[in-house]
Amino acid sequence: MTVNKVAVVGVAQTRFARQKSDQNFADLVYEATTGALEDAGMTIDQIDNVVTVSNDFWDGRTISSMAVMDACGSYGKNISTVEGDGTFGALYGAMRIWSGSFGTTLVVAHSKGSEGDPFLITNSMFDPFYHRPLGLEAISSAALQAQAYVDRRGASPEDWAHVSVKNHQNAKRNPYAQLPLDLTVEKVMSSPMKSYPLKKLDCSPVSDGACAIILADEDRIKHSQQKPVWLKGVGYAAELHYLGDRDLANPLALKIAAQKAYSMSGIANPTKDLDFLEVYDAFSYMEPLWLEGLGISLPGEGGKLAREGVSAINGRLPVNASGGVLSAHAVLVAGLVRLIEVVLQIRKTAGAHQLDRARIGLAHGINGPCGQSHCVWILGEI
Amino acid sequence: MGRSVAITGFGQTHHAARRWDVNGLELIQEAVTRALADAGLTIKDIDAVVIGNMDHFEGINYVDTWSIEGAGAFLKPIFKVTTGGTTGTTVGIAAYYHVAAGLFDNVLAIGWEKNSESDTTGAIITCSDPIWDRFSYSGAIPSLAVEASAYMKKYGITEKDAARVTVRDRGNAVKNPYAHLRTAVTLEEVMNSPMLTEPIKLLDICPRSDGAAAVIFSSAERAAKICRQPAWVHAVSVRHDTTWFGDIDYTEMHSLAHAAQEAFRLAGIRDPWNELDVCELYMPYSFAGLKWIESIGFCKPGEAPKLVWDGATDLGGTLPMNLSGGVLSTNCIGATALLRIGEVAHQIMGKADKRQVPDVQLGMATGFGGCFWSDVMILGAKKP
Repeated sequence: MTVNKVAVVGVAQTRFARQKSDQNFADLVYEATTGALEDAGMTIDQIDNVVTVSNDFWDGRTISSMAVMDACGSYGKNISTVEGDGTFGALYGAMRIWSGSFGTTLVVAHSKGSEGDPFLITNSMFDPFYHRPLGLEAISSAALQAQAYVDRRGASPEDWAHVSVKNHQNAKRNPYAQLPLDLTVEKVMSSPMKSYPLKKLDCSPVSDGACAIILADEDRIKHSQQKPVWLKGVGYAAELHYLGDRDLANPLALKIAAQKAYSMSGIANPTKDLDFLEVYDAFSYMEPLWLEGLGISLPGEGGKLAREGVSAINGRLPVNASGGVLSAHAVLVAGLVRLIEVVLQIRKTAGAHQLDRARIGLAHGINGPCGQSHCVWILGEI
Repeated sequence: MGRSVAITGFGQTHHAARRWDVNGLELIQEAVTRALADAGLTIKDIDAVVIGNMDHFEGINYVDTWSIEGAGAFLKPIFKVTTGGTTGTTVGIAAYYHVAAGLFDNVLAIGWEKNSESDTTGAIITCSDPIWDRFSYSGAIPSLAVEASAYMKKYGITEKDAARVTVRDRGNAVKNPYAHLRTAVTLEEVMNSPMLTEPIKLLDICPRSDGAAAVIFSSAERAAKICRQPAWVHAVSVRHDTTWFGDIDYTEMHSLAHAAQEAFRLAGIRDPWNELDVCELYMPYSFAGLKWIESIGFCKPGEAPKLVWDGATDLGGTLPMNLSGGVLSTNCIGATALLRIGEVAHQIMGKADKRQVPDVQLGMATGFGGCFWSDVMILGAKKP
């Protein structure tokens, strides 16, 4: 398959916080949109079409995109809305350029976890008759996955604690992160139990925030003053919905998504070819589990990377140098932030968390309970 | 424009006020199975799925992942798009871009809604701003009533003019075995139906239905193998108006005018009224069947009643509209606009059964939703 080349030419993110009571949805989207335009050195007139990312449950509004139509500058333009993680928003934004219909796309995602009840909102993603009454929601379903990871693969909660320590420490170098923390494995292990075996410091926070990217084809990149970072490959796939029908310790859909992204971008050996990764660590155990799905680690060995310092910011293969989702989790926004962080690294403008070697990176996002659906992006400097 | 894309299959459920016999997944599966059968494909031939509905009508969050078993998307690429009433065309247009981008060869677009499981108005009023708009435009009917009133006042349109649109669409539905309301109504019945919000009466407005639609979009290479006459996508266009109902100019449907103009330009259509053979227009109430066809440019402002009374939009007229019975006969919201696309596709493919117009070369489907937003898709018999 051949597609024309598309690059990210503008990025912006708000600072993430537990509650941004001074900004409504439109304010957040306006900040991200104008920030991305400024970053690209472009004006809204140079944007051909817009993809917004939002969710009616999190926003407590039907047609949640309606609240941000003015703020994203979509008037008079072709516009659509992805309801899912921002990595899927980037995917639809890129598709619209690859189709030859547009030269530039603005993709903007927002979420205010502070304005809803995360328990009820994530409980609503389950079957209403059999699963919701059990109290399944984001944390309790993740706990089932974490325990399956222990039982079937011999994963160790201490290893996950290393992930939490690493990512919260990395967040200290990232001015946008919500939870920069000095932790120790003991502190994580002794933090309050949320849902066995997940403790408070294994879980990402509830966050408010927004982010935006601008995509452009080869012709239109000329209009941007920014160094382009190229979309080299993408893959996405979903597995079954009922948790009992899945092997939660074997991220099958992620393997398929990763394989597609690798083959599209010509990556034969991800461990060698990738310089760094930003993965969706909504819970500490997810980082090693997703690294196994991505083919970076063998099954059951993902935990070694953080424990042995391989995935540290100065390690051989840094993972979540930004602090990851554990340090700021605006739902839907968080996956697109992973992509933005990969762009910043490749541009060499990541600031205090800049990596020495960042020519080609991987960004990853998830939809649904326990990573039911995955989107994998490969970005590179050439 | 990228690669040429064609519709090669369309399936829909038997729509009803309440489909007691199926749950949401089974409803989706019914439409998907029929679309696959229509194209002569199996689920293995589908490379990717795109799905949409309106979350609060069923109270299910993350419908893309919830629907995997019904959609047949196991280990396939899938994501969700949603834009309110326009969701069906949003899904269809997204599937078009999936194929045009060169990523996939056969993409399944699914729109669905099980409105019987919701409080429709309770869900829909939350689209408006909670402080400024919600108290005055709560629900679909009041904002449409404002529009109808402004249009009537400006052009001297009567309630009876609008009633003629209901008579047309409900009459067409009699020939559509899938339609929710399959009984014809008379002008008197429309005029004597209970007033809901002045000037909209019960028979001026669409029902709420349970139903699903599935449409298969294919690359040119695959389309040639699947069917003799696919329905080619000639143009897609989308325009959203603002965020605020109070900011809308109610005398003209700007978003539809702009989307239609762009779609006609992309499709090379100079005289839409004479060049188009059929239209399936997302018109959720009778007055839209007048004002909005003016906004599309089929006639001058204020002149739509004459076209409709003369029968020019009836079966056998210059440009037959809503031969399926339209939205006034079936409204499973997330599926509604995708049904418009599917019905036009079947007219071009010669599969519209008793509602078939002979030799359809060019057709138009629209979607309506959000804050007076519009989508347009132009389909044709010839490869563009």
